[in-house]
Amino acid sequence: MSLALDESEITEAVTSLADQIFKKTHEGQVDLVGIRSRGDEVAERVRDLLSEKGVSVNFGVLDISLYRDDYEHLVQNPKLKSSAIDFPIDDARVILVDDVIFTGRTVRSALDAIFDYGRPTSVELAVLIDRGHRELPVQPTYVGKFLETKRLDQVVVRLKNTDGEDAVELT
Amino acid sequence: MARKDFLDIESLDSEEIIPLLDQAVPFKDLFTRSVKKVPALKGKTVLMLFYEPSTRTLSSFEVAAKRLSADVIIFDVPHSSVTKGESVRDTIDTLQAMRADYIVVRHRLSGQPAAIARQTGASVINAGDGAHAHPTQALLDAFTFREVFPEMERKKVLIMGDILHSRVARSTSLILKKLGVEVAFCGPGSLLPQTQFRRFTNYEEAMAWGPDVVYLLRVQKERQDAPFFPSDREYHQVYGLTDERLARIAGEGIYVMHPGPINRGVELCDAVLDYERCLISQQVENGIATRMAVLFGLKPTKS
Repeated sequence: MSLALDESEITEAVTSLADQIFKKTHEGQVDLVGIRSRGDEVAERVRDLLSEKGVSVNFGVLDISLYRDDYEHLVQNPKLKSSAIDFPIDDARVILVDDVIFTGRTVRSALDAIFDYGRPTSVELAVLIDRGHRELPVQPTYVGKFLETKRLDQVVVRLKNTDGEDAVELT
Repeated sequence: MARKDFLDIESLDSEEIIPLLDQAVPFKDLFTRSVKKVPALKGKTVLMLFYEPSTRTLSSFEVAAKRLSADVIIFDVPHSSVTKGESVRDTIDTLQAMRADYIVVRHRLSGQPAAIARQTGASVINAGDGAHAHPTQALLDAFTFREVFPEMERKKVLIMGDILHSRVARSTSLILKKLGVEVAFCGPGSLLPQTQFRRFTNYEEAMAWGPDVVYLLRVQKERQDAPFFPSDREYHQVYGLTDERLARIAGEGIYVMHPGPINRGVELCDAVLDYERCLISQQVENGIATRMAVLFGLKPTKS
């Protein structure tokens, strides 16, 4: 196990994400949807940084458990949590936010889920970490940090509100 | 490990019940979206095997399964070869060939769903067996109760009516007890079996016990071979929610529940349905959410 990102590097990556999104802000309005779990916490931090810059931010949380493609292989189905998107997705310019992009399957599920809330004008993707090894044709629009990994490596992200500390480890 | 079947409340402990109630919350949240369906059980088949007539439990399960994107087959027993003398066992063998992943069973004999569960790798859900159990009703009742009283413990529920013939009384009282709720029964002595719970034959005495919820049961004429009480009118006067009783219940802020279908003028007067603390339509909506949680939580054995 080795530390891939420490607290200050995580902060740096989040700041970089917020800056990239800020540059492309459309009419001072951003619609963020964080993917549970930890994507929601990344999204919260990005929201706070954008709000400081005077951007008006709609914020939502998406649980994609019911949209996964691997129930057949699980001995127990995942614990569900509620999604909370209380702004209209119709005609929104949605930015999905997640902690890590790997195979791209989570994003595929999230796209299906978000379209059940309405028809957004556009959907973009922001990730804290891109670790490569995609299995689907999905690419993030905004990346906080690229991390070189082997296919079988595990990237473990821990964030303050969810796990008590900020750290990214490679095992 | 996930369970294969959902057959009764008896075999669940509160550590299993609470997560099941928690799981139903996100399903209920889906009902406010424009698209109420999720793809979780896409490509799975849910077979409805109802040996007894039922409209609301059947359609509640049907809606739940469809909102999970499962395919639903309703096996119409009254018009099937069962009436030509086929045994349940042979029927199941035939239906196995349809490769159902989930079988929802209602039968007039206690224990029939459990017997089917042993015969098939499909997940079996008991939708009511004789006077034995109706576990999904119990779950939706507990869910509805918890929405009103999140703490649950030490609250009091008075279940009133035909306790003897009621699998709802049995399952719902059991789940509430496991969650720390105090339960008492009230009904005619002839319809009040020996139980572990407090029993009242007198309405006034039962109300003096101080219930937070009055749970009315349906008078089940189809299960009573001989009349247990003289007439509907008399039942209403003695054990029904009359207009005068409703006024007192409203004054004390007591909630009213009923598993449906209701008999107006027997268990309750018309005005109950407009009473702001009547939870009957909430129970119907919660029935779908809790049944989605049950379907989603079970794991059929792979064949």
